[in-house]
Amino acid sequence: MNDVHDQATRGRPSTDSGAPEALAKTGAARPYVGRSLHRREDEALLTGAGRYADDLPVPPGTLVAYVLRSPHPHALIRSIDSAAALDLPGVSAVITGQDIAKLSDPFLVAVKEPIPQWSLAVERVRYVGEPVAVIVASDRYVAEDAAELVEIDYEPLPVVIDPLAAVGPDAVLVHEAVGTNELSRRDFVYGDPDAAFASADRIVRLDVEFPRHSYTPMECFVVVAEYRRAEKSYDVLANFQGPFSAHPVMARALRIPGSKLRLRTPPDSGGSFGVKLSVFPFIVLMGLAARIVGRPVKWVEDRLEHLLAASTGPNRFTKVEAAVKADGEITGLRLDQLEDYGAFLRAPMPGPLYRMHGALTGAYSIRNLAVANRIVLTNKAPAALNRGFGGPQIYLALERIVQRIGVELGMDPLDVMRRNLIPAGSFPYRTAAGALYDSGDYPRALEIATGEGRLEDLRRRRDEARAQGRLYGIGYAAVVEPGMSNMGYLSTLLPLAARERSGPKNGAVSMATVNIDPLGAVSVTADTPAQGQGHITVLSQIVADQLGLTPDEITVNLEIDTQKDQWSIASGNYSCRFSPGTAVAAHLAAQKIRDKLARIGAKQLNVLPEDVELSGGKVRSRSNPDNALAFGRVAGTAHWSPIMLPEDVEPGLRETAVWSPPELEPPTSGDGINTSLTYGFVFDMCGIEVDPVTFQVRIDRYVSMHDAGALLNPMIAEGQIHGAFVQGVATALYEEFLYDEGGGFQTGTFADYVIPTVCEVPKLEIIHMESPSPFTPLGAKGLGEGNCMSVPVCVANAIADALGVTDVRLPVTPRRIHEMLMGAEPEVGAGDAS
Amino acid sequence: MKPRSFDYHRPKTIAEAVEALAQHGDDARILAGGQSLIPMLNFRLLEPVALIDIRHVPELDHIRLDGDMLEVGAAVTQNRLLAWPDLARHVPLLAVAMPWVGHFQTRNRGTVCGSIAHADPSSEIPLSLAMLEGEVVLQSPRGRRVLKASEFQTGMLSTARDSDEMIVAARFPTTFTGKAAFREVARRHGDYAIVAVGALRLPGGEALVGIGGASDRPVVRRFRLDGGDLGAELDALAWELETYEDLHASPRMRRDLVRRLAPTVISELRS
Amino acid sequence: MIEQKPKQRVTLTLNGRKVTGDAEPRLLLTDFIRHTLGATGTHVGCEHGVCGCCTVLIDGVASRSCLAFAVQMDGATIETVESLADDEGRMNALQEAFRRHHALQCGFCTAGILMSFTDFLRRKPDPTREEVVDILGGHLCRCTGYTNIVDAVMDVVEGHAPQRDIGAA
Ligand code: FES
Ligand code: FES
Repeated sequence: MNDVHDQATRGRPSTDSGAPEALAKTGAARPYVGRSLHRREDEALLTGAGRYADDLPVPPGTLVAYVLRSPHPHALIRSIDSAAALDLPGVSAVITGQDIAKLSDPFLVAVKEPIPQWSLAVERVRYVGEPVAVIVASDRYVAEDAAELVEIDYEPLPVVIDPLAAVGPDAVLVHEAVGTNELSRRDFVYGDPDAAFASADRIVRLDVEFPRHSYTPMECFVVVAEYRRAEKSYDVLANFQGPFSAHPVMARALRIPGSKLRLRTPPDSGGSFGVKLSVFPFIVLMGLAARIVGRPVKWVEDRLEHLLAASTGPNRFTKVEAAVKADGEITGLRLDQLEDYGAFLRAPMPGPLYRMHGALTGAYSIRNLAVANRIVLTNKAPAALNRGFGGPQIYLALERIVQRIGVELGMDPLDVMRRNLIPAGSFPYRTAAGALYDSGDYPRALEIATGEGRLEDLRRRRDEARAQGRLYGIGYAAVVEPGMSNMGYLSTLLPLAARERSGPKNGAVSMATVNIDPLGAVSVTADTPAQGQGHITVLSQIVADQLGLTPDEITVNLEIDTQKDQWSIASGNYSCRFSPGTAVAAHLAAQKIRDKLARIGAKQLNVLPEDVELSGGKVRSRSNPDNALAFGRVAGTAHWSPIMLPEDVEPGLRETAVWSPPELEPPTSGDGINTSLTYGFVFDMCGIEVDPVTFQVRIDRYVSMHDAGALLNPMIAEGQIHGAFVQGVATALYEEFLYDEGGGFQTGTFADYVIPTVCEVPKLEIIHMESPSPFTPLGAKGLGEGNCMSVPVCVANAIADALGVTDVRLPVTPRRIHEMLMGAEPEVGAGDAS
Repeated sequence: MKPRSFDYHRPKTIAEAVEALAQHGDDARILAGGQSLIPMLNFRLLEPVALIDIRHVPELDHIRLDGDMLEVGAAVTQNRLLAWPDLARHVPLLAVAMPWVGHFQTRNRGTVCGSIAHADPSSEIPLSLAMLEGEVVLQSPRGRRVLKASEFQTGMLSTARDSDEMIVAARFPTTFTGKAAFREVARRHGDYAIVAVGALRLPGGEALVGIGGASDRPVVRRFRLDGGDLGAELDALAWELETYEDLHASPRMRRDLVRRLAPTVISELRS
Repeated sequence: MIEQKPKQRVTLTLNGRKVTGDAEPRLLLTDFIRHTLGATGTHVGCEHGVCGCCTVLIDGVASRSCLAFAVQMDGATIETVESLADDEGRMNALQEAFRRHHALQCGFCTAGILMSFTDFLRRKPDPTREEVVDILGGHLCRCTGYTNIVDAVMDVVEGHAPQRDIGAA
C-alpha cells in the first residue's frame, strides 16, 4: 500500500494551523495529521521573541565562566599558577582539575577500560581544546582577561593522530594504562561469509575513509548552573538535546542520585543535529563551579571553543570486501571498521559503530556477513553524536563498493543495485545481522526515481558533456534509514557472556502527557526537547485529531524538567525517534484521555461510551449527533464534579502514555540485533561536473527519493530533507576538521571550517512514496537523517565516475580534485601539459 | 572571543585623527569598517591600546574625480563605491572586481581603504589598485605623502605605512577604460580567494593581468592578447610566483590555478 | 591590555526609541543590544563576521553587529528583528512569507536574514532570484537548506505575498 507523490503533485497544500474548522467536522479519522500545517513555532521566532538559553533571565548574582583549554595535543600538566589571574578585579575563582577531582568522579564509559575522564583535565591533557581550568568572573570580558594570566606549565608528550598509526606497532599510547589504543574489537559473523568468498566469481575490495566533521549548530552550548547547598542538589539549565541516558552519567559523576540533578531545557534551541548531547560534561563542570564559588554560574560557549572541541562525528577507516557473482549478485560482505573516537570514549559512544549494526547490509539481501568493529583512540577531540550517526560511515563503504562492483564487472552500478535489492513483498524482512525492516518496496522506489525521463536526462547530460571533453559523472546511493534506536544495540559491544552478566537491555521508551484543565484547555508535554524540527506543530496535529479540536487549541510545551516531567533514558531528540516514538506516545496519551472523556460524556449524554465521538469541539453521540455537549463542559466534570463521573473513572484529566514497541528486543545469542524500530528508504541519484579550471565540483542535478512511511506533516518532512541534503553536500564537498601531524587543530574558525552557503547549494528534487510502518500506530518512520547518509556517497560515486578514479576522499575539496586531476608538474618553461 | 581593553577615540577631523595616532603610534589602530580588524580583536590576535574611529570624519567620506584619478576617502564603504553610478565608466575594473569582495553585509561597513590597509594578498581591492598603478594617500604630523600601490603593499599583510601615518584616501586612475574581467576561486562565494585574476584590455592589443592570492602580494603583468604564447608566458609567471601553502591549496595548486584561470579571464577580454 | 577602561554613555535609537546604556569601549554591539538593552532577538553565532546571525541595520544598512563596538553607536539608529512586526504585533510581509514557506527551523539564523533583506529590498524591491541568492550568501543556516528562504523572499518580491509594507526606508 504505497502512496506516491512528488512535490508538484502532492494534493495536500500547506495551510495555516488556524485551518477551517470544517476539516475537523468532516469525520475524517485524522483531519490534521498528514497535512502541511504551518508551524506554530514560527511567529515567536520570526518576531525576535524566541527564548533561547542565552536569552533567559538568570538569578541575581550569577557569575560568568570561561573555559581555559589545552593548546597541546598531549602533555603533562606540571603546574597551574592562578595567582595573577585571581588578583584581577572581578575574578572569583580559577578552578582546576585538582579541584573538581575532589568533588566528582570520572564519567561512566561503555567499555571496562581505565580511561577516566573528568569534566576538566586531571594531570594530563590528551587533545587540543581539552578543558584545563574554569575561570569564574563578573563578566566574560574579564574572564578572558584572567585566562591570559593563568600560567600553566606543560610538559609536551609525543602524540598520535592518525588512527592507522595508532593501532600500528610502537604507537604512542593515549591512555598508557590500557596498554593499547585499540580499545575494543569485536568480530561478528552472520551466515557463512567464508564459503561465499570461496565460491565467488570475483572479490571486489576497497578502503574508504570517512572524515571528521560536525553539523555545528548556529547556537553554541549554554549552561546556567546553581548548587543548592541545603538540598545538596544541582539545578541546571542547558540547551541539552538528550539522549537522557547521559543524565545518570552526569549524576554519577556528581556523586548524587539522579533526583538531585535537576536538568531543565529552554523553550527554544538553535539547532543541534546531535551536537548538543555533548554539552553534558559542561553541565557537570558548571555545576561544580557553582558549588565551588557558591553562586550561580553561566557559561556560553563561543564559536572557537565549539569548533575546537565541542563535538565531532567519528572518523572511520573501513576495509570492505564483497564476494560477487558474474551477474553482480553480492553473496558475501566483509567489513573491517576502525572508528576513531579521539582521546576519550564518552557516553553513549561507540554508538555510531553499533547503531547501524542490524542494517549493515543496507538495502540489499546479502546473507553472509563478517564484521570487525574496532575502536581506536587518538590525540583528538572526543567524538559524539552527529546527524546520521554511523549511517554516513557505513554507506560510504557499502555504496562505494557497489559502484566498484559495477566498474569491475563492466555493469552499470544501477544494475548491481537492482540485482541485490531486497525484493518487494519480503517485508517485514530480517537482515543477516538481525534488523527487522518493517516495510517498503525498494525496487519500485528505484523505478519511480529513475522514471519519467529522469535517468535518461542524467545520461544525456553525461553523454553530451563527455562528448565535449568535460568531466561529468553519475552517482547513485541506496540507503536504509533507521528510526528510533533500540537502547539494546550498544550492548552488542559486549560479548554474550558479559551481556548476560549485566542483564538485558532493549527497547526505546517514549513518553508524552496530555493534560486538560477545568475549562477544557488542552496542554501537552513530551520527552523531546525541540531544536527546530517543528515538534510542537506536529504534536498539536496529533492530539487535535484525537480530541476533535483544532491544533491551535492544543498548547505544547517541550521544555524538560527532569525533576518534574516524564522521561526515561531513551528520551531526547535524536536518531529519528520523534515520528516513530514520541509522536506515538502523544497519540496514545491523547487516545487515553479521549477514551476517558468518552466515558464521562457517555454518562452525561446517556449513551454507551462506544457511541461517543469527539469532533468539532463537541463530545457527541455518533448515532444521534444532536445529542452533544461542549468539549470543555465534559472535561470540566473531571475537575469540578467528581460525583458526576462514572464509577470507574478517576477525577482529573492528565494521561501519560508510554510507548515501548515489542519489536525492539535485546541482542540474540548469535549477536543478531534489531537496532531500530522503523526503516525508511532513500534512493538518490545525481549528475556532477568537475571543473578542470577551478578544480571545483558542481552538482548539476540531484534527485532524492524518500519512503518514510506516513508523513505526519509533509511540509516539515521536506524541510528536514532539504536541511539534511545540504549537510550531506557539506560532508561531500566542504567540511572537515583537520589536524596537522603534530596534533595542532587547523579548522578553528568559520573561515577554515567551511560551511556551504546558499551559493554553494544545488537544487534538490524530492520524490515521496509512503509505505506505512506496520509497527507504529501512525505509520510514520524517521526521515531527518537519510540524506546525511546518502548524499556524501552519492556525490563520491559521481566523482569516481567522472574522473575514473577508485579512491575518493571526502570532502572532495578543490585541493583534492587538484591532486586527483594533475599529473607531474610541467618543468619550468614547458607550458601547461594538461 | 571578547577583545582586550582599549581606549576609543572618535575624531571629527583628519587633524584630530592624526594627532591621536601620533600619541599612541604603533599601539593604536585606525578603526574604519572594522570588518578585518574586529575579528582579529575578538580572537585577541592584536593588542591595540587605542582605536581611532574615523567613520565620523566628514573629510574622509568622499568619492570624487580629481584629474585622471578617482579619489576614495578612507571612510567610504565598499558598497557606497560599488553603488556610485559612474564607477563602471571611470574604473571598469573596480566595477567587476568589487562584487567579489566579502558579502553585501560586510561591504556595507567595510571600507575601500580598510581593505587596502589590511593588505591581504588575495583581496580584490588591493589587487585592483596594483593593476591600475593607483596611489595611497597617507597623512601624518609630518605631512602628507603619496605612495604608488606597488610601494605601499610590501608583503603578506604588511605595508609601507609608518606607525604615525593614516590612510586618508586611495586614488584609482581613470585612464584604464578598456574592457575588464575578474574571476576568482574560493572555497565559497565571498571567501578570501585562493587565487584571484583580474584582466584589463589595454589599447594596442595588450592585456593587463593581475594575480592575487598566489604569492605574498598582487602581481601584475602585461600580455599580448593575440600572437604571443600565452600558455608559456603564464607558465613562466606561475614559476616566478612564490606560491604558498595553506589549508585550501598547495603551492602547486596555486600555480595551476594561475595557468588555468588566467586564460579564461583573459579570453573574456576578447569577446 | 588587562586593565579595564571606564564605561562610556551610549545613546542611540533602537527600533524607533531612544535608549541609553553604559559600555566599556570594547563591548561588542551584539552584547550591548542583547544584554544591556535586552533586545535578545538578535543572535550571536560566531563573533567573527561569518555567520550573519547578528545582522542588524545600523543607520539603515545591514551590518554584522559582532563587528562593531557599542561606543561607535552613540547617536546611531539601529533596527533589529523586533522592529519588523507592527504595533499590534502583526508580522510584515517578509515574516509572513517565511512562515508560509517554512523558511526557518530552529530560527536562530532567521533574525539576521530578515534584517539583511529588510535593507536590501528597501534598496531594490524587484531583485532577481540570483540577486536574492547573492544576498543570502552572507548568512549561514544549518537547518533549512536555504531553498525555502529564497522562495520566501521571492514570494514577497513577486508580490504574491499579502501586501503589507516590509518597512519604510
Ligand atoms: S555572530 Fe556576527 S557574523 Fe556571526
Ligand atoms: S533555521 Fe536553524 S540555523 Fe537557520
